[in-house]
Amino acid sequence: MFRGFHFIPPDTKIDFVGWRTITWIVSALLTVVPLILVATIGLNMGIDFQGGTLIEIKTKESPANLADIRSKVSGLGVGEVQIQEFGAPDAVLIRIASQPTEQEQQASVAKVKQALGAEVEYRRVEIVGPTISGELIASGTIAVVVALLGILIYVWFRFEWQFAVAAIASLIHDVTGTIGLYSLFQLEFNVSSIAAILTIIGYSLNDKVVIFDRIRENLRKYKRMPLVQLLDLSINETLARAVLTHVTTFLAMLPFLFFGGETIFGFALAMCWGIVIGAYSSIFVASPLQLILGVRREAFGGVPAPAKGRGAAAARA
Amino acid sequence: MLHFQKWKLILVFGIVVAGFLFALPNLFPAATMARLPTWLPHKQINLGLDLQGGAHLLYQLDEKEMVEDWLNNIRGDVRETLRRARIGYSDLTQDVAKRSVSVKIRDAADMDKAETELSKLAVPIGGDVFGGFSGKDLEVARQPDGRIALTVTDAGLANRMTSAIQASIETIRRRVDAFGTTEPSIQREGRNRVLVQVPGIQDVERLKTLIGETGKLEFKLVDPAVDAIQAAATKQVPPGDELVYSTDTPSIPYVLKEQVLVSGQNLVDAQPGFDSRTGEPVVTFRFDAAGAKRFGKVTQENVGLPFAIVLDNKVISAPVIREPILGGTGQISGNFTVQRANDLAVLLRSGALPAKLTVIEERTVGASLGADSIESGKKAALMGLALVVIFMFAAYGLFGMFANIALIVNIALIFAVLSLMGATLTLPGIAGIVLTIGIAVDANVLINERIREEIRTGKSPYAAVDAGYSRALITIIDSNVTTLIAVLVLFWLGSGPVRGFAVTLTVGILASMFTAVTVTRLMVAYWLRWARPQLIPI
Repeated sequence: MFRGFHFIPPDTKIDFVGWRTITWIVSALLTVVPLILVATIGLNMGIDFQGGTLIEIKTKESPANLADIRSKVSGLGVGEVQIQEFGAPDAVLIRIASQPTEQEQQASVAKVKQALGAEVEYRRVEIVGPTISGELIASGTIAVVVALLGILIYVWFRFEWQFAVAAIASLIHDVTGTIGLYSLFQLEFNVSSIAAILTIIGYSLNDKVVIFDRIRENLRKYKRMPLVQLLDLSINETLARAVLTHVTTFLAMLPFLFFGGETIFGFALAMCWGIVIGAYSSIFVASPLQLILGVRREAFGGVPAPAKGRGAAAARA
Repeated sequence: MLHFQKWKLILVFGIVVAGFLFALPNLFPAATMARLPTWLPHKQINLGLDLQGGAHLLYQLDEKEMVEDWLNNIRGDVRETLRRARIGYSDLTQDVAKRSVSVKIRDAADMDKAETELSKLAVPIGGDVFGGFSGKDLEVARQPDGRIALTVTDAGLANRMTSAIQASIETIRRRVDAFGTTEPSIQREGRNRVLVQVPGIQDVERLKTLIGETGKLEFKLVDPAVDAIQAAATKQVPPGDELVYSTDTPSIPYVLKEQVLVSGQNLVDAQPGFDSRTGEPVVTFRFDAAGAKRFGKVTQENVGLPFAIVLDNKVISAPVIREPILGGTGQISGNFTVQRANDLAVLLRSGALPAKLTVIEERTVGASLGADSIESGKKAALMGLALVVIFMFAAYGLFGMFANIALIVNIALIFAVLSLMGATLTLPGIAGIVLTIGIAVDANVLINERIREEIRTGKSPYAAVDAGYSRALITIIDSNVTTLIAVLVLFWLGSGPVRGFAVTLTVGILASMFTAVTVTRLMVAYWLRWARPQLIPI
């Protein structure tokens, strides 16, 4: 009977933790480069966080005459207006800058609608006033911080504090890495981006917990195995599972990237990227961090690592 | 792990069957559902505004206006109280920033009496949820400079805000109902906001106009002694009068007596209609007994003079009173279109809003975009599912098929629970279901990999499967609980589509734990008993 392909051979022994000199640099770059990107080219803040208006229209003629639309709306005195094609040749996205008050904002939209005339079909109108946008920034930030804190406490409770700290550090790595993606490709950063980040946090953590679980089990099983070896063993033992799970989730998400429509493209791209970066950080950030944080082996009934042994591990690093 | 008690077996089987039954309605259009027997479940998942089109409008009540109105009333009450108590006063002023009204008492000897009398204006506020006493709505205090100040307390303001929001919700509901759309949702958000969600609405501009108008109707007399054009030029009117403009373009100025003869509060009905002589659209109205009496008296005393019908401080029309109107009914004309007459009638019937509402967030989606989103979401989800099913079979063969069957059960359960909860499916929600597919598969992957490991240690098929399930269970619970934490935060802080996504994901995670832990285990256990394999094909 067909037993399925064993994509990862059972005796796989990859020296993951042994590569840590290189992977620390990669991880550091994945964390720092996004911050530089955000500081230099910045994030393409959507109207959720900046306030403003977004109008998606479908024109009668295809392709849409962008120049004509531009000439109609410029000179209305509503501030900066951006016009771009959106997914299809007859779909146009119009963004109007935020106005000082809610009333002026409504007025600006009314003006633009009047200028465009009755010929176009309004597919979507989103108006976010200055009051709301500030609150959305605050609640988005709070959401990410609260989620990280909740996770810190749960993992601490279920494992040891070293695991909790390693989990949070690698999740921060994932979050900055994802924000970097938004900045690099200038994807619109909005409320659903926060949803994407929180989902990536959840998914990525799921992966870390699986490896942590195995590390904990092996710490109990092999009381004298050097930590570097034990970490490598745990990663290798869970490697087949990691590869299969990430490939399936990625495969499930992939069609959304190509067929999900323009509105969900950014979200789908972030999710696909999140699966990759989450898988990376489980192996190359969360696990080797245990070496630095120094897992208390006594907590798992093991023999405490002699000071010399730990020094030797550090020297090799 | 592989032995099932009979009641457990029945329970699991029952849940799965119920899952399919309750998920089923979502496969058919509503018309087909109507023809099915009534004992079958009929509930379908609600589609979010992003999928079926509609308007999401977040309104904020103008707190400053509300306080101003309130202070105006307090000022009137103070004047009335002091006059009745025969206490001399001067310089009655209000300060909106301090939320207070203050008055100077002429004779210091009257101070005590004045304070006692004015203190009666403060009303105790109903207890809070814990039954505690939360004080009065006004604080009456003597000022050092011989004045008495009446200040609105925080609790008083909060209390008034709550009732204002509740009144707004009722008024908005009456106005939205005029559109006849299905299931509009109108609810309070935070302290001073109202969220209005109307699925499937086409004319959003009209909806906004109708909700945005305060709808305060007043009948006032025109002051015949003053030339309105001149008053508009100089911006000066005699005391007790006010300058009000008409709704026409260009607007016409009127000088009206400040006193309100009859207000919209006395209306019992308003209907659109046509003038019997000219045929132009009008709104006919009817007063209650008190209103009819007062209106009759005023019109009797002022025959031949014009009076003004004022809506939200704009004159709609100013007809001349030809004869006393004693029946308590009348009509408003003002060059209306049929639609405007209709909307005006709705406005008057629904009553006035306590204060102006401003749109602070608006998201509307056209029906065609919604339909496109459903189409592309469906397509992407089905493709994703197909890819996963193929991949799982490639990875685990027969055990992959067990996982795939569990996956289908899982999806059915998600749809069943979402339908029963009356939850709302949004486009990110569809992506959430797809993500759950990944998570559901992960549980099976964990189990299958464990089984492979156990086989390598030389265990018998039965023992290997048994150990695989029990070992993987701890990991599955740990990893899913941590994911749930992130998702619950999403639910707690998110709104609209984000919240829908969180609900879908939560239901999905719970369903996947159930299917992985029980449904596949059941299938594998029965297969083992039936096939009695020497080797596990995994």
